[in-house]
Amino acid sequence: MWQWIVRLYHRLGSPKWFYELTSKWIFWLALLSVVGCVVGLVLGLLYAPADYQQGNSFRIIYIHVPAALVAQSAFIMMAVAGAVFLIWKMKMAAWVARAIAPIGASFCLIALLTGAIWGKPTWGTWWVWDARLTSMLLLLFLYFGVMALQRAIESEEASHKGAAILALVGLVNIPIIKYSVEWWNTLHQPATLKLTEKPSMHPDMLLPLLIMILTTYVLFALLVILRTRNEILWHERKRSWVQALPEMLGGGR
Amino acid sequence: MSLVMATIKRDLLLAGRNPGEWLNPLMFFLMVVAMFPLAVDPDPEFLSRIAGGVIWVGALLATLLSLDALYKADVEDGTLEQWLASGESLYMLALAKALVHWLCSGLPLTLMAPVLGLMMALPDDAYIGMLLSLAVGTPILSLLGSVGAALTAGVRSGGLLLSLLILPMYVPVLIFAASAVYHAGLGMAYNGQIGFLGAMLALSVCLTPFASAAALKLNLSR
Repeated sequence: MWQWIVRLYHRLGSPKWFYELTSKWIFWLALLSVVGCVVGLVLGLLYAPADYQQGNSFRIIYIHVPAALVAQSAFIMMAVAGAVFLIWKMKMAAWVARAIAPIGASFCLIALLTGAIWGKPTWGTWWVWDARLTSMLLLLFLYFGVMALQRAIESEEASHKGAAILALVGLVNIPIIKYSVEWWNTLHQPATLKLTEKPSMHPDMLLPLLIMILTTYVLFALLVILRTRNEILWHERKRSWVQALPEMLGGGR
Repeated sequence: MSLVMATIKRDLLLAGRNPGEWLNPLMFFLMVVAMFPLAVDPDPEFLSRIAGGVIWVGALLATLLSLDALYKADVEDGTLEQWLASGESLYMLALAKALVHWLCSGLPLTLMAPVLGLMMALPDDAYIGMLLSLAVGTPILSLLGSVGAALTAGVRSGGLLLSLLILPMYVPVLIFAASAVYHAGLGMAYNGQIGFLGAMLALSVCLTPFASAAALKLNLSR
């Protein structure tokens, strides 16, 4: 088992192997995310019962929660990929980390926007300094920092390493930020405007949510793979296997 | 070790010969805080409520302003290469740089804060709390900020970038420190907040020099 993992790791380091492997996956991942999205949204928007307090406006949860979850996991994944690059100098890891940053930031933005849209009917305002909203906002700032640093450092190697260091420092900071914000919020405004406590969701509401969460993770994987493949093509453009690709696809000159 | 001491001595000497380096952030601190009564409301009762937060935001911005120059000269004139070639632990050097930065920015800010407290009508009970929170909190700002300074040392117009990278990480310090001042002003206990700041200080003394050392090495491959 262990040897299998080691072999897989060494293979993952090969851009060509990754590119060829994922070529077969793209179709299935895309299919899965479309089907999951249709099923989850139809179940969630049409068949799930309305919330006894919020009526139909709660249905945005089927976009909001998955996006927020993915945005948080994406940061962890970016930092781990950065650490792999820093420790073992694996180039693929750096490319994956670079591929994740804008996707994670986009999901973070989606979560914030849907949160604002949800907040309007529920709280009567687009934005409150709720603990969770604030920590998502700070997560977005951390993503912005990583992306700004990637753009600013000219040397490619140094920009990968710098972004990895920043992501790791951010990863250590995220729990501290999260808990300090929660502590700050409970101090300033006691539970007036909390996200409605989840009263152990009705199964008909929960099932679409689980489907949407899984689907969003699949979509995230698909997007990361697509962007990583672009990074691979760009960095390996002078290599013979990349130059042979157009002919294999039937294009040629 | 002698190299670390020599660096500390040299940087302090440089700061002494070039007072603008540590005076400018102080003046900036004063001016930023002075903007708030002008912009918001000069009513003392209102000011005393926001004093702690405003003073802390001012201290934070002043620290960021002075961080930009922390490693710039060392990267440009080749001192960094000499450090790396010397075989001295970069961890200790990063720690020493952060210490000097605190001596030249955090400490003067802390000492000047009572004057600003007067201007902001800070409640009498809050002065000790404010001084304590600044004394424990500003070293964290220097340590965390030195990571950003090391990352952006070789980047053109790195100052703005540095703020983007580091400001979100300053949030926990800001929350606990401002809350300590506020509670002290109300006559409530604030040792919990100071305790949290102390824990963060211990954590950042241990961890941030690793990140700074790793980031400093990047400036060579540029």
